[in-house]
Amino acid sequence: MAQNQQLPGVAPAAPAIWRNPEFRAVVYQVLVVLAVVAAGYVIFQNTLTNLRERGISTGFAFLRNEAGFGISETMPIPRLEAGFLHFIISLLIGIAVVYGMSRWAAARGRTIGDDLPLVLGVILFIVVIPVLVLYINGNNILTDSYDPTKTYGLALKTGLVNTVKVSLLGCVLATILGTILGIARLSSNWLVARLATLYVEIIRNIPPLLQIFFWYFAVLRALPNVRNSVEFWGFAVLNNRGVYLPDPVPQGPAPMLGLAFVAGLIGAYLWARHSRLHQEATGNRLPVFWPGLGIVLLPMVLVRLILGEPFELTYPELRGFNYRGGLVVTPEFAAMLMALVMYTAAFIAETVRSGILAISRGQREAAMALGLRPGQVLWLVVLPQALRVIIPPMTSQYLNLTKNSSLGVAIAFPELVSVGGTILNQSGQAIEVIGLTMAVYLTFSLLISLFMNWYNAKIRLVER
Amino acid sequence: MSSDRQAQPEAHAPLGPPQLSVGALGWMRANLFNSWYNAILTVAASWLILVAGWNFFRWSLLDAAFGLTPDTCKGIDGACWSFIADMWPLFIVGTYPFEERWRPYLCLIVLGIMTLGLFFGAVRGNKIYRYAWAIAPVVVFLVIRGVPVFGLETVDTSFWGGLVLTLILSIVGIVVSFPIGILLALGRRSTSMPIVKALCVGYIELIRGVPLITVLFMASVMLPLFFPSGFDLDKVLRAQIGIIMFAAAYVAEVVRGGLQAIPRGQQEAAASLGLNFWQQMVLVIMPQALRIVIPPLVNTAIALFKDTSLVTIIGLFDLLAIASLASANPDWLGKIIEAYVFTAAIYWIFCFGMSRYSMYLEQRFKSGQT
Repeated sequence: MAQNQQLPGVAPAAPAIWRNPEFRAVVYQVLVVLAVVAAGYVIFQNTLTNLRERGISTGFAFLRNEAGFGISETMPIPRLEAGFLHFIISLLIGIAVVYGMSRWAAARGRTIGDDLPLVLGVILFIVVIPVLVLYINGNNILTDSYDPTKTYGLALKTGLVNTVKVSLLGCVLATILGTILGIARLSSNWLVARLATLYVEIIRNIPPLLQIFFWYFAVLRALPNVRNSVEFWGFAVLNNRGVYLPDPVPQGPAPMLGLAFVAGLIGAYLWARHSRLHQEATGNRLPVFWPGLGIVLLPMVLVRLILGEPFELTYPELRGFNYRGGLVVTPEFAAMLMALVMYTAAFIAETVRSGILAISRGQREAAMALGLRPGQVLWLVVLPQALRVIIPPMTSQYLNLTKNSSLGVAIAFPELVSVGGTILNQSGQAIEVIGLTMAVYLTFSLLISLFMNWYNAKIRLVER
Repeated sequence: MSSDRQAQPEAHAPLGPPQLSVGALGWMRANLFNSWYNAILTVAASWLILVAGWNFFRWSLLDAAFGLTPDTCKGIDGACWSFIADMWPLFIVGTYPFEERWRPYLCLIVLGIMTLGLFFGAVRGNKIYRYAWAIAPVVVFLVIRGVPVFGLETVDTSFWGGLVLTLILSIVGIVVSFPIGILLALGRRSTSMPIVKALCVGYIELIRGVPLITVLFMASVMLPLFFPSGFDLDKVLRAQIGIIMFAAAYVAEVVRGGLQAIPRGQQEAAASLGLNFWQQMVLVIMPQALRIVIPPLVNTAIALFKDTSLVTIIGLFDLLAIASLASANPDWLGKIIEAYVFTAAIYWIFCFGMSRYSMYLEQRFKSGQT
C-alpha cells in the first residue's frame, strides 16, 4: 500500500511520447506507407518512361488485336450471350434460391438435408431447371473457336480452357492414384507396401519439370513416326504426333441421353437418402450400390432402346501423311497429364497415409470387433474419419497441381502461361499479360480454397 | 470311469511350433499370403518388380556401354554411359571456362565436406564451423564470380550453369529469403500495426497464389522496366530475385507456424523483464520458434531446390537445361534418356538426403535431446 503512494511534492514524470507504443506503431506504419508509396512512384515513373521509349502503349486494348499465331489445342468456347447466358443466369438464380433456403432452414435449427421438400427444391433449382434451360437452348449457344485470325483475348481464353482441362482431369486422376498408393503404403502386404513407398520416394524427389521433359522428349516424342505407328487392333494408334483413340460423336439422341443420365443420378441420390433414413429409423441397411447403379443405368438404356444409338464411334484412319478422325490426345497434353498426375499422386499418397494413421487404432479394432470385413473397415469407418484430416492438405495439393500446370510453357502445351508468353513476346505488353495471368491463378486459388473451406465445414465433426 | 480319464497320456517330447508359422515361411504367410487377394497382389507385385527390375538392370548395366567415346555406344541396346562419362563436367559446371573449372569444383568439394560435418555433434556445435557456414555463400560467390585482385579472373554469369548454378540459386534463395520471411511473418502477426499486417498478408497470399513461373517471368521481363533505362540487371540476378521473392512468402508461412506454437506467456514474460520488442524476438521468441520450424524449413528448401529447375524456362543453363543441351551435342545425339536419368539421379540424391536429414532432426526434437 505504502509503495503505491506517491511521494509528496514529486510529480510523476510523464513518459516521453516516443515511448508510447501506440504512437510508435503509428510512426512505423506512416514510415512503411511512405516507403511503399515512394518505391511505387519511382517504379511507376521508370516504367512509364521505359514503355514510352520502347513505344509500347499501356492498357488492355491489345486484347482485341489479331493474334496471328496458331494454337495446337483448341475447342469451341461458348460466348456469354444468348443460350449460354440464359443457362448461367438460371444457375446463378438457382444458387441464390438454394442459399436462401439454407438460411431459412438454419433459422429453424435444421439443415436442408432434413426435409424432403427442401431436398427436392435444391435439385429442382440447381439441377433440373438449369439443365432444361441448357437443353431448350441447345441450338442457341454461340461459340468461338480459336484460329490465328482471332484476337489475343480469345487466345488467352483458349489457354485458360486448356489449363482448366489438364488441371481438372489431373486432380481427378491424381486423387485416384494417390489414394490407391496411400492405402497401398499401409497394406498388410509387405511387398505392396514397399513398392508404394519406393514409388513415392522416387517420384516426389525429382522436379516436376524434369518429369514433364522426360515424358515429352524421352518417351512420347521418341515414339515411332506416322508411317511406323503402333496400332492397337485398329482401335487406337500411337505415334510421335499423339495418341489417337476412337471418338464418340454425339448423334440425335445424345442430349436425351444426357437428360436421362441426370435423371438417373437424381433418382439414385434419392434412393441413397431413403436407404440412409431407413437405416436410421429401423437399423436395417437397404442395399445402395446395385439398386443405385440400376437407377442410373435404366433411363439411359431406355433412351438407347427407344431412340437408337446416341454416339457413333469414329476410328482413326491413315489418310495421306497423317491420321484423321478419332479423338487425338496431343503428346504435349499426354506428357503434362502423365507428369502432373504421377508427381501429385506421390504427395496425395502421403496425405492419405497420414490421414489414415491419424485415426486411432481403437476405431479400427472396434470396427473389426463388430465383424466388418477389412474393406468395410476401411470404407465405412476409417476413411470417413480420415477425410477430415486429409481434406485441408489435399486442397493445397490440388492448388499445387493447378499451379504446376503452368510448366506446360516449357513443352509448348498451350495453357494460360504458354499462350500468355507468346502474346507477351509478340505485343510486348508484359505488365498486362503477367498481371492477367497472375489474377487468373489467384482467382483459382481463392475459388478452390473457398469451396474446400465450405466442404470442410460441412463434414466437420459436430460435437454435441 | 473316472480313473480312465485320468490315465496318464503317453509321455511326449514337446512339439516345435508349426512349420508354417515361424521362420521365412511363416513370415511370408503373415505378410505376403495372408488372404487370397493379398496372394494375388503379391504375385502381381513380384511380376512387376521382376519385369521392371530386370529391364532396368539390362538397360542400365548388362547391355550398357561404359566408355568415353561415341564409338563405344554403336550397336548397343542399353544405356550409353559413355556419354555421361564424357560429358559429366558439363552437368556439374555448365559452360564455365575450361581453365577456371577448378574453382567451382573446389567450392563443391569444400561444401560437401562441410555438409558431412552436420552429422557429427562435436563439429556441429563448433563456433568456427558455424561461422564458416555463415560466410560460405559469400566466399563461394566470390570464388565463382572471380576477384581480379586475388588473381581470379572474373567469369560472367552467362557462363554459369549446371549443378553449380542450381545450387547457387537454391542456397542463396533460401539464405536470403530467410530473414525476409521472418520479417513478413512478424508483420503478419502484428496486432498493433494493421497497415503493415495488411501489406504482409497481401504479399504472402499473392505470391502463394500464383505459380513460380509467373513470378520468374515477372522478374525477368517486368523487373527491367522498373529500373531507370540503361540500368542493366544481370540475368542470373533477375532469376535470383524472383526466387527470393517467391521463397520468402513460403518461409514466412513456415515461421508463422513456429511463432504460433510459442505460448503467449513467453513474450509477456520477456516484456515484463523490460526487454524491447526486438530483444524479445531475438533473445526469447525466435530461438524457440525457429527450432520448431527447422524440419518444415528443410522441406521448403527441398521444394525450392526442385523449383529452381524452372529457370530453364527463362533461359538459364541450370542442371535441367544442361541435360537438354548436352543431349543436343552432335557427337552424342539422342542420348536424352541417359541425360535425364543422370540429372534425375542428382536431383534425387540432394532432395532425398535433405528429407532424411529433416526426418532425423524431427526425431531428435521429439526425443528432446537437443
